[in-house]
Amino acid sequence: MVNTLTSASSPVADELIANAAYIGTPGKGILAADESTGTIGKRLSSINVENVEENRRALRELLFCTPGALQYISGVILFEETLYQKTASGKPFVEVLKEGGALPGIKVDLGTIELAGTNGETTTQGHDDLGKRCMKYYDAGARFAKWRAVLKIGPNEPSQLSIDANANGLARYAIICQENGLVPIVEPEILSDGSHDIAKCADITERVLAACYKALNDQHVLLEGTLLKPNMVTPGADSAKVTPEVIAEHTVRALQRTVPPAVPAVVFLSGGQSEEEATCNLNAMNKLNGKKPWSLTFSFGRALQQSTLKAWAGKTENIEKARAAFLARCKANSEATLGTYKGDAAGGAGVSESLHVKDYKY
Amino acid sequence: MSAYCGQYHGFGFRGFEIVSDVLALEPQKSFNWIDMLDTCGDCLTASELIAQVSFETIHRNELIANATYIGTPGKGILAADESTGTIGKRLASINVENVEENRRALRELLFLTPGALQYLSGVILFEETLYQKTADGKPFVDVLKEGGVLPGIKVDKGTVGLAGTNGETTTQGHDDLGKRCKKYYEAGARFAKWRAVLNIGPNEPSQLSIDANANGLARYAIICQENGLVPIVEPEILVDGSHDIEKCAYVTERVLAACYKALNDHHVLLEGTLLKPNMVTPGSESKKVAPEVVAEYTVRALQRTVPAAVPAIVFLSGGQSEEEATLNLNAMNKLKGKKPWSLSFSFGRALQQSTLKAWQGKAENVEKARTAFLGRCKANSEATLGVYKGDAAGGEGVSESLHVKDYKY
Repeated sequence: MVNTLTSASSPVADELIANAAYIGTPGKGILAADESTGTIGKRLSSINVENVEENRRALRELLFCTPGALQYISGVILFEETLYQKTASGKPFVEVLKEGGALPGIKVDLGTIELAGTNGETTTQGHDDLGKRCMKYYDAGARFAKWRAVLKIGPNEPSQLSIDANANGLARYAIICQENGLVPIVEPEILSDGSHDIAKCADITERVLAACYKALNDQHVLLEGTLLKPNMVTPGADSAKVTPEVIAEHTVRALQRTVPPAVPAVVFLSGGQSEEEATCNLNAMNKLNGKKPWSLTFSFGRALQQSTLKAWAGKTENIEKARAAFLARCKANSEATLGTYKGDAAGGAGVSESLHVKDYKY
Repeated sequence: MSAYCGQYHGFGFRGFEIVSDVLALEPQKSFNWIDMLDTCGDCLTASELIAQVSFETIHRNELIANATYIGTPGKGILAADESTGTIGKRLASINVENVEENRRALRELLFLTPGALQYLSGVILFEETLYQKTADGKPFVDVLKEGGVLPGIKVDKGTVGLAGTNGETTTQGHDDLGKRCKKYYEAGARFAKWRAVLNIGPNEPSQLSIDANANGLARYAIICQENGLVPIVEPEILVDGSHDIEKCAYVTERVLAACYKALNDHHVLLEGTLLKPNMVTPGSESKKVAPEVVAEYTVRALQRTVPAAVPAIVFLSGGQSEEEATLNLNAMNKLKGKKPWSLSFSFGRALQQSTLKAWQGKAENVEKARTAFLGRCKANSEATLGVYKGDAAGGEGVSESLHVKDYKY
């Protein structure tokens, strides 16, 4: 019988398992700072900052060097450029993170491309020479990776083709990562765009996650050395909102029905939710009674940085203010992973602002 | 049933919700919702209830309550659903004639063992037994229900060969399955069993075998649920062979992953199902390992494939001796780690072997046989709690291997 990572323990398997478990440490979560050059450009332009390397570097330094923030962060997802950047005083970002107890991660997908014959559905590319790239990233200090698959809900969507192509794409990416020492975050994002109700979102999420875990099993992925980054189960963006408790109930139930207990942690994406919404929903999930054999935490991009960006506005004199905003969101989400968030971080500018962008690509 | 309706009489739809809540809290009081509404002749709100609550909702809550009840810690399932042919082999081994009266007498011996039913949450029956009675004329289903035991029914019709494979099989029994389930429900059954069989070999199980059996199980499962029966999903991977425990783990994980994908495809409500898998062990021709090793590999395989929504896992004993099966189950329940489903038993041979030997078909041996049976029930109950100390090992035949090559039953 061929030896797989799943069949017998090995140093590679042990490291993957330890790193995946660490990322799910209660009280900690992931900062998704892996916006591609194009996407970070949109963020910067929203605060009238030029999209040049120095500004991109400065923003990440602002975040990573916020005193006291890294204690709430188990991992930071980086874009390739950032993996090799340094602080103004010359210290590599990966060292800053490691010293702060945060594992560096790396976005490895190369964006979405359309599936012919569908109504605008996509699959994600980036498999070519992925193994070689992973090896390189590992050498540079990365210990986990991220790959975003995108699905949407519509009258005939997601199609079986979309589900299968994206699930298989994720599984192929996942095993290649593991072969090269990187914990793969499996991200099958179902966009919140649409006027469907929460029951429909739950139904689709369960189908998509079931397909993902079947594909992961087919490809011999070591589940104990993976993480899941799903959408929360919510009504569509054009539908009436529901309370955090309802989101928590539908989301946790969907996970109970599809995510094997071997997966150490589920790190939610925030989608278009405001900072405060995302935190309250995560908090509600961690307060919920019921079977939850994986820790439930965050992997937020916009929902951790929105008010920080607004406070910074690209100006050096605003750094302290911006860092205060960032620290507050990190602490709030840390409390949410423990179910103890009381809502006190809601005061910042922009925290309740919806971050929904239709048909979001980043 | 009518006591419940009388209690909540006149509450209308709210009354129905109250009953649902009660059922969820006291699942052993599961019963036929439609009967309840029918017998409540004075209930002016009966038609209102039916109109407001979808049939799906009625069955959904009952399925979840019954599946949860079967997984009650300290309880498990007696698999007494041997087909006429198979029970014949058992009876022959103790020189008893395979006639209906003897089959009936054996089941009466088991079900009426004083104190045994407290350790059982369910009994799987063969169709003939579902309609049989005690010598005094009391229907077996009533005996079981009064003892807090849900009657179950084997609904598959055996295995048939898959062309082009090396002796692999799929399981038949889908034709008119819905009608049969409905009939069984009316006769008192509340769960069903369907056995799929796979084997490990150089090229086995093949993808065809895995897919055909997984889809067959899923189709059976949804039909059961549509008719109020909790489906036990049983993908048995035979222990036959000289493979090691790692190979068994690998195959078990593949098979279980395929099963849960198929169940999802068929829209089966996992909270209203049970899983009856093989334990993960070395092949029958390989060296044995300690119960702790069996426990570790088995629980890990389940962690990798069985969603937390499944309330309970009820292991088959395969060819293990009574004592082996109990010790392995005990070790699993002692093991630390994530186990969001209860781990219990659904044993046939491993609960009845020493009982049969003690009985020998003779009326004067019934008490002795019942003592043996009670001993195994209690032992397995303790094993579900991880507190079994091995004291039931004294019975005759408890350590005897029950392995039959290429077992069909």
